[in-house]
Amino acid sequence: MSTRQATPRFSEREERLLASLTAGGAGTYALIGGLLAVFLWGLVAYATQLRHGLGVTGLRDHVLWGVYIANFVFFIGVSHVGALMSAILRLTGAEWRRPITRMAEAITFASLLMGGLMPLVDMGRPDRLLNLVRYGRLQSPILWDVLSITTYLTGSTLFLYVPMIPDLALLRDRYAGGPAWRRRLYTLLSLGWQDTPAQRHRLELIVRVMAVIIIPIAVSVHTVVSWIFGMTLRAGWNSTIFGPYFVSGALFSGAAAVITAMAAFRWAYRLEDYITEAHFRRMGYLLIALGLAYGYFTFAEYLTPAYKMATAERGYLAAVFSGPFARLFWFTQLTGILLPLLLLTLPRIAWVPRLHRVPLLRPRPALAAAATYAVASVVLPAASPSLTMAGLNLNEWIPPWVLPALAVWLFLAFLPVLHARPITAAVVASLLVNVGAWLKRYLIVVPTLLNPFLPIQRAPAGWAVYQPTWVEWSITAGALAGFLLIYIGFSKLFPIVPIWETREAPESREAAVQEGIVGVAAV
Amino acid sequence: MRISRRSFLKVAAGMAAAAAVGVPASRTRRPREGFAAEVPLPAPRAGPAGPSRRWVMVVDLAKCDGCRECTRACTAMHRVPPGQEWIRVYEMRDESTSLAYWLPRPCMQCDNPPCVKVCPVSATWKREDGIVMQDTSRCIGCRYCIAACPYQARGFNWVEPAATPERTGEPYDPEWNRVHFRGTTEKCIFCPALIKEGKLPACVAACPMGALYFGDREEDAVTNSQGETVRFSALVIEQAGYRLLEELGTEPRVYYLPPRKPQYPAPPPEEPESAGGAGRAVVPTVPRKRIDTAGGVRR
Repeated sequence: MSTRQATPRFSEREERLLASLTAGGAGTYALIGGLLAVFLWGLVAYATQLRHGLGVTGLRDHVLWGVYIANFVFFIGVSHVGALMSAILRLTGAEWRRPITRMAEAITFASLLMGGLMPLVDMGRPDRLLNLVRYGRLQSPILWDVLSITTYLTGSTLFLYVPMIPDLALLRDRYAGGPAWRRRLYTLLSLGWQDTPAQRHRLELIVRVMAVIIIPIAVSVHTVVSWIFGMTLRAGWNSTIFGPYFVSGALFSGAAAVITAMAAFRWAYRLEDYITEAHFRRMGYLLIALGLAYGYFTFAEYLTPAYKMATAERGYLAAVFSGPFARLFWFTQLTGILLPLLLLTLPRIAWVPRLHRVPLLRPRPALAAAATYAVASVVLPAASPSLTMAGLNLNEWIPPWVLPALAVWLFLAFLPVLHARPITAAVVASLLVNVGAWLKRYLIVVPTLLNPFLPIQRAPAGWAVYQPTWVEWSITAGALAGFLLIYIGFSKLFPIVPIWETREAPESREAAVQEGIVGVAAV
Repeated sequence: MRISRRSFLKVAAGMAAAAAVGVPASRTRRPREGFAAEVPLPAPRAGPAGPSRRWVMVVDLAKCDGCRECTRACTAMHRVPPGQEWIRVYEMRDESTSLAYWLPRPCMQCDNPPCVKVCPVSATWKREDGIVMQDTSRCIGCRYCIAACPYQARGFNWVEPAATPERTGEPYDPEWNRVHFRGTTEKCIFCPALIKEGKLPACVAACPMGALYFGDREEDAVTNSQGETVRFSALVIEQAGYRLLEELGTEPRVYYLPPRKPQYPAPPPEEPESAGGAGRAVVPTVPRKRIDTAGGVRR
């Protein structure tokens, strides 16, 4: 569909920014189709659960919450940063925020929708949902969650919508080539915007007031999510710092999600002139600061009980530090916090490219060594069990320090590569942060439930362990697909980079170009 | 409008009276399966459990031989769905050199109940007579109460229970709690329907050792299945009664008498019935009150 037939047309700049609305090749449809299939499969799984009850999950009386609640905490956490970050950057007048605020706020919207669904999926009697209204007790943290999440959803949707009105009016006036339903939608949503000074004044006032209001709401949301756990007596949950701990973790994972989204849109819609390397650098600073705060809270949260080793906490801490959950736990700490921080900082050191002068510190030898290790320790024993039977267990031969040494070697070998590609480094770090964040949510929910005050006894077979079933994994995958669908759908319907906001204030624009925040072509 | 204490009490009394009027309909239904001897409660009573009653249970651990008659009677009386045990008999040992003993654990009917605090829909609440009630017809199945209970006294209907109101034709009565709904939480409620008839709860009546006592704290009298009625305060003071996980401040209404000079054999060194076989790989890190399977106590 061409936009050039009608007379007031988009400028070249606007066309670039609206590429997400108009462009759509086979790849886009394949992606949307694939996501839709996963989402529908999740619905099939949920239908199974509705029909047969929660018995189709791996949940039982001991581990009574599992993957669903981990998803809930994860999605609410990811939702956290969009509106909050955008509000803080608006209030502090950070000019570089302009191209990325909307994609951050849209993450909040999509992720809150999916996160808010998760407790419903977890409910034993979703048919009695209205009891929360009919008999709701304000004393229960669940009601706090219901209120605060619905408030945040309403507030952040408005906060996403109101600054978009001028752009919707632009689409209404100039998107002549678009289908009729779209123009009707834009006409409806632009609320008669004529870009008069009075309207502008009012809009800016509203946005500024909303930016102030949305901050405490955003903080409250993840605080009360943590209080679901913090208000119980259970070891591992009975913690006074759970509120700020969860808030810091939410900000960390949310900022990482924004970086991933920035890179995806920049790549998919060729927004290199608007989302520049400088944006990734600045978001990287933010991620480093949030990661340090989160790491500090994690340390404080685990050290205080671990130092005392009180009776209640002992079993839970042992399970997490050295027991069945140790691998996952240390993975989240090393790969979910430490490694992203290193990836965001070390490649920026000036002498890093000189590392390649050492032949051994080039990617190929390091990769070869890693491949050898993988073959020796994983592939060979799996392929020929007879070797292991003959006492040739290679795993026993290889000293335990080899694995960390290999990791350091790989890291050093790829440092110069990441130095040349700072955006890749930021995206890899962000993805690691989000994988680690989900696993950490799982580790907050499950190990505590497996270490109650009274010993687990007389549990029927399979009731004292937690093994998520296909239903739970399908619904989780469906929720992730739903999140991406909402997000992509949003970018197909609405301009993902604010057009009027990136156009305004030309005097600050020159300064921005000098700072390297905005590419020259964008002016 | 300010609600004075007096007007509040009036309203509460009115509501209690209204509740009492509604009772006879449910009273006519009896459990079908028989449960153990009907031992009458000692004192004459004016009416259904009213505000003057404060129910307590005392468990004499020295008398408990781990036969689990209490669990069976409870399961029969309430048709407890499989997987749940509203009174569960644990094999306990406080630390590796101390005595192993049996510990029946009903719902503690806490006076500071963590489950009641967190319930979002008042499906569980504290009655004036001390019982923490459960209305499974209102429960939304969020399971927050199970997470909050430190005694694991709550169970969940993960699958469709056998005895639903549709299948049995019996309407749901929270005081009998004999029909069940899928996707809801359930627990021991001290058999208020039996108390109302002047009988002991099913588990207490079924205990062949007379290890379980039940009674009214206001009246200072508790009775066991052997018909022995003793003063509650004297029993608890003389035998150094304690409450489970007292340090959590839940204020349970179940008291335990220590297993001093036990009259019956302690749990065997192995855990023969612990069906959570696979689970043990996950939980051996619970050091507290877990029987050391390697060196169980024999006397």
